[in-house]
Amino acid sequence: MKKLLMAAATAALCATPAMAEVKVGMITTLSGGGAGLGIDVRDGFMLAIEQSGRDDIEVVIEDDQRKPDIAVQLSDKMIQSERVDVMTGIIWSNLAMAVVPSAVNQGVFYLSPNAGPSPLAGKGCHENYFNVAWQNDNLHEAAGAYANSAGYENSFILAPNYPAGTDALTGYKRFFEGDLAGEVYTKLGQTDYAAEIAQIRASDADSVFFFLPGGMGISFLKQYADSGVDLPVVGPAFSFDQGILQAVGDAALGVVNTSQWNKDIENAANAAFVESFQAEYDRLPSLYASQGFDTANLLLSALEKADPADADAFREALRAADFESTRGDFAFGPNHHPVQTIYAREVIKEGDVFTNKIIGPALEGHSDAYAAECKM
Amino acid sequence: MSTILIIEQVLNGLQFGVMLFLMAAGLTLIFGVMGLINLAHGSLYMVGAFAAAAVAGLTGSFFLGLVAALAAAALAGAVIEIAVIRRLYDAPHLDQVLATFALILIFSEGTRWLFGSFPLFLDIPDALSGPVTLPGGIEYPLYRLALICIGLAVALGLWGLIERTRIGVQIRAGENDREMIAALGIDISKLYTLVFALGAALAGLAGALVGAIQSVQVGMGEPVLILAFVVIVIGGIGSIRGAFIGALLVGLTDTLAGVFLPELFKLFMETGAAQKSGSALASMGIYILMGLVLIWRPTGLFGARA
Repeated sequence: MKKLLMAAATAALCATPAMAEVKVGMITTLSGGGAGLGIDVRDGFMLAIEQSGRDDIEVVIEDDQRKPDIAVQLSDKMIQSERVDVMTGIIWSNLAMAVVPSAVNQGVFYLSPNAGPSPLAGKGCHENYFNVAWQNDNLHEAAGAYANSAGYENSFILAPNYPAGTDALTGYKRFFEGDLAGEVYTKLGQTDYAAEIAQIRASDADSVFFFLPGGMGISFLKQYADSGVDLPVVGPAFSFDQGILQAVGDAALGVVNTSQWNKDIENAANAAFVESFQAEYDRLPSLYASQGFDTANLLLSALEKADPADADAFREALRAADFESTRGDFAFGPNHHPVQTIYAREVIKEGDVFTNKIIGPALEGHSDAYAAECKM
Repeated sequence: MSTILIIEQVLNGLQFGVMLFLMAAGLTLIFGVMGLINLAHGSLYMVGAFAAAAVAGLTGSFFLGLVAALAAAALAGAVIEIAVIRRLYDAPHLDQVLATFALILIFSEGTRWLFGSFPLFLDIPDALSGPVTLPGGIEYPLYRLALICIGLAVALGLWGLIERTRIGVQIRAGENDREMIAALGIDISKLYTLVFALGAALAGLAGALVGAIQSVQVGMGEPVLILAFVVIVIGGIGSIRGAFIGALLVGLTDTLAGVFLPELFKLFMETGAAQKSGSALASMGIYILMGLVLIWRPTGLFGARA
């Protein structure tokens, strides 16, 4: 009798892991200055998981505090002791570079909801790494393309002096056909742009392109609006997302920015997403929220077809990208980065709320400049 | 590069400098009088900005926002002095650093809990918005001119307070010999709370004034705190006059180096590389300045103590 009980208990113990529970590790920024982005990604992701109605997916969420060393510790913990199958969540490229290569080499799948550093799209691409958002240069390239179509011929361009800033200016210059009236690298985290604005005023530029994510962009736009310089401004969506537009206020009205997503893209998935996100969290979604939502839906679509334990089948299922994206058509290129349309949009005021409206596509079916270097 | 641009950049440097002075004055007073290293000074700057944004948002009045910033920062300063800092005066500097660092974390997450993770909106009052034309055809934002005036007025007021009033005498005496003024019957703990609240109010004022042209967000105080420390080291720890001169030096060096070094590098490099290396060297500018000042005068420009 005792033996029988033992056997039954052992069988029960063995049966638990066989129930195909999927474990997802999310490392994202939930505290400190950049927390708004991580919170949006998390909320979008969890909304999709909740809507799927699946209770066999466990999501472990940890806060990286925007620090690479903490992100690496969390990732080691998730892979070695939590034994997650899939990881996601990282916002910042420097954190992604610290975590992703080692994670995918340990057999974990990584789905990026935001960061798309160029090494991971080119020479350092990996079969287990999928980017659901964009390659870092994409939105800047679209800004360059938009500037051509708007007839700008002499741009003043500025970005912070760090790798993503260099990528931004490179991306803009890759597509912009006009001349440069000035090219300025500011300090990372700089909050006062009086000196740069004076240089813009003194130059003979006919347009300004800037990449200053988060608080840097808020400061720049407020100071620019107050300076009396009235050259048209164009930039990527990172300084015009739903989370920070309210803090910029009137200073952002009418500014054109480029994004792969907006709340007025017409398709059923997007309409449902915008409505349910507002109902659940009582605020408008940002592009980061849409990226989190798409990432979760990509994961869910792959889980329908295969189990992460069967890595090859699961990878194929991810590559198929068989899900309803909030962006409409969605497909992966050969380096597992999106091939997508990037829109030009304009900041408008709807009632009391500042938000964006699509003007038209800036680049259609756009891949990235690094895909050819990727050998997998 | 035209004269107009140079004058405009000097004004920018001056404006940056006087705002740094508001931060550095409190920091140097607190260190000078109580011998305390207060890392949480940047949090008081943030408290001022958030209080101003919240009150200005509710009432629509920037002026009420400023009053709220002063009051909230002074109150927060007084509360942390009584609750935490008071226990640390006799502790070694390392304990003070540890405790005030903990205060940074508490203030940051507390603010996030109260106001959320997204930046707040605080705008320039209508009366001060837009550019004005100065003699010589220089177009300059009126608000920044107002900041320069407010900063200079506060500096003058602070000088008057320290040099001409009874409280000023007590503060100066406290810097020189704590035991002695306690023995003369002055309530030293009340004086300490007062000085701390005064320093906090100045930081809060700076936060609110600068918040209107920058972003009001969690963690906004720490970058300014680092600069304020550079200022008081250059000026000499404990000296208000040193903080004033140091702040102007740092403000001008930082602004002018950021503009002129890349231009200088362009003379013998191609544009892109000149921009990158010029701006990289410019961001080291104030630290190089600090190093040079310390070699020349190890106690800072106006420092009495080593």
